[in-house]
Amino acid sequence: MVITVASGKGGTGKTTVSTSLTFAVSSIKSVSHVDLDVEEPDSNIFLKVPIQREEMIWLPLPTVDYSKCTFCGVCQRVCEYNAIFVFKNNKEVKVFGELCRGCGACTAMCPYGAISEIQRFIGVFSYGKRGNISFYEGRLNIGEYVATDAIRWVKKRLSEINTSDITIIDAPPGTSCPVIHSMKDADYIILVTEDTPFGFFDMKLAYKVAKKMDKKMGIIINKALSGYDEIRNFAKEEDIPILMEIPFDRKFAKSYADGITLSAYSDELKNKFLDVFSYIEKEVHNA
Amino acid sequence: MLELAVVSGKGGTGKTTFTASLAALVKNKVLVDADVDAPDLHILLKATKEQEVPFYGMKKARIVQEKCISCGICKQVCRFSAIDVIDGRYVVDQVACEGCKLCFRKCPRKAIVMEDSLSGHWYVSNTPYGKMAHGILEVGEENSGKLVTIIRKQGMFLAQKEKADYVIIDGPPGIGCPVNSTITGLKYAIVITEPTQSGLSDLERLLDLMEHFNVLPFVVINKYDLSPSKSEEIKEYASKRGAKVKGLIPFDETVVKALSEGRPVVQYAPNSQVSLKIKEIWASIEAEISPS
Ligand code: SF4
Ligand code: SF4
Repeated sequence: MVITVASGKGGTGKTTVSTSLTFAVSSIKSVSHVDLDVEEPDSNIFLKVPIQREEMIWLPLPTVDYSKCTFCGVCQRVCEYNAIFVFKNNKEVKVFGELCRGCGACTAMCPYGAISEIQRFIGVFSYGKRGNISFYEGRLNIGEYVATDAIRWVKKRLSEINTSDITIIDAPPGTSCPVIHSMKDADYIILVTEDTPFGFFDMKLAYKVAKKMDKKMGIIINKALSGYDEIRNFAKEEDIPILMEIPFDRKFAKSYADGITLSAYSDELKNKFLDVFSYIEKEVHNA
Repeated sequence: MLELAVVSGKGGTGKTTFTASLAALVKNKVLVDADVDAPDLHILLKATKEQEVPFYGMKKARIVQEKCISCGICKQVCRFSAIDVIDGRYVVDQVACEGCKLCFRKCPRKAIVMEDSLSGHWYVSNTPYGKMAHGILEVGEENSGKLVTIIRKQGMFLAQKEKADYVIIDGPPGIGCPVNSTITGLKYAIVITEPTQSGLSDLERLLDLMEHFNVLPFVVINKYDLSPSKSEEIKEYASKRGAKVKGLIPFDETVVKALSEGRPVVQYAPNSQVSLKIKEIWASIEAEISPS
């Protein structure tokens, strides 16, 4: 079973929820936690799993064999990302690695077979285990744009090594491509939102994505306040359960700042997260 | 005229709260929301749309079924796993398609067409605080950098028309491509950070980025009292990097209340500690950058 924790925007408590859930579940059985928020992975600040292995995440990068290249310019013409330029006068073909998506178009289309591919490292995939928690994380190198490609890489690698029955994914924030890739395999999606008109707006965006993909989902309201009902009304109208409300409390903000996840901080909250988990388990298995 | 961006790395540090307060404080400005994935500023500032323009990103592939002979070459060459076989028919997964055109070029029957796909919209709006340019990407789209560039241009254009002194940009969260598009060519940017480990590591990344683009950073530490020791660490780090720390804002529940009321905190509670602090910070920044 795969549970993806998503939010329309960062900073709503997505990581708090995903790590709290993982921590709570780990008290009763083994669980995999995958941080796919490759631009800002921070689950492990809370889970504190020692990293045992690191692998390079890479994309194919074209390189030119000048003994075959005629500087015909085809590669430049077929590249949709302006990543390869042919300087005829200087007899040089320049590849801009950070723009290249590794699509292979130039390699496939070069009429003289002058292009082959090497590996360009775009990030680090790391994993480790502590107690019942197997932890996996993809981290994009600074200055890289290719989050989607990194996520694709990590998912492929996970399909080879992650054997756990229960996987909890911390998705990237937002609603763009990378998020969709992180939701694709989910059996259940938890939408985390703050209890404000902002949070509500962002959550609706994430909700649209999940709904478009026909996923089962529930809402967790973070920093719940009284007096603002729109999220609860929306949930009722759309028939999505509110799985939990985490009260707005300075203590929690402090525990976050100290890198302590809620279920480690309070037994009461841990039990609430366990309830959420068994609810989701039932929902998924009834499908 | 001066463009000034507010950025933060990870979301949730209070960037939009701060920008909204600037919207209310700074005189003679136009506003730009460069967060096109989950734009918020227009809600908080109660913007009313005046102009709406569609945005087309990368063209995407579509297979013309009548011409397709199911040879499977497109699926073989696609590195984005964007070609699915559904009921024996080859179809393009529009979300996965990255528009590289390789299938289009390789199809022996020329059965693939590349088509414009609507990737989002941008808007010009009125707010009680002045004109604003903003936009939103369609669900599941990339290319936010390109849309951000368009919106920034629109902001500059509005500023010229309105004879504004400032263009205040609410930056996108994160440290990826849209942030680059937000800060290239700027002279100054304000970095909002919070006293956490991830706040610090984001600050590191952002300062690297600003150095790279030659942008002068002003650092503001929000909710500093949640961890005075971490705040101290951030202050030290910033000054080691030659970035000016312009102020520390305390954690205050008023901010969340103002948010849920949908108002900038400096207006909702003008005499609260937070508001006074924000005003002080802006005064200090303005003294340093004032365009004249
Ligand atoms: S397409 Fe091949 S031969 Fe032509 S310029 Fe590019 S690398 Fe050289
Ligand atoms: S692999 Fe694709 S993106 Fe990279 S240079 Fe070649 S055509 Fe351009």
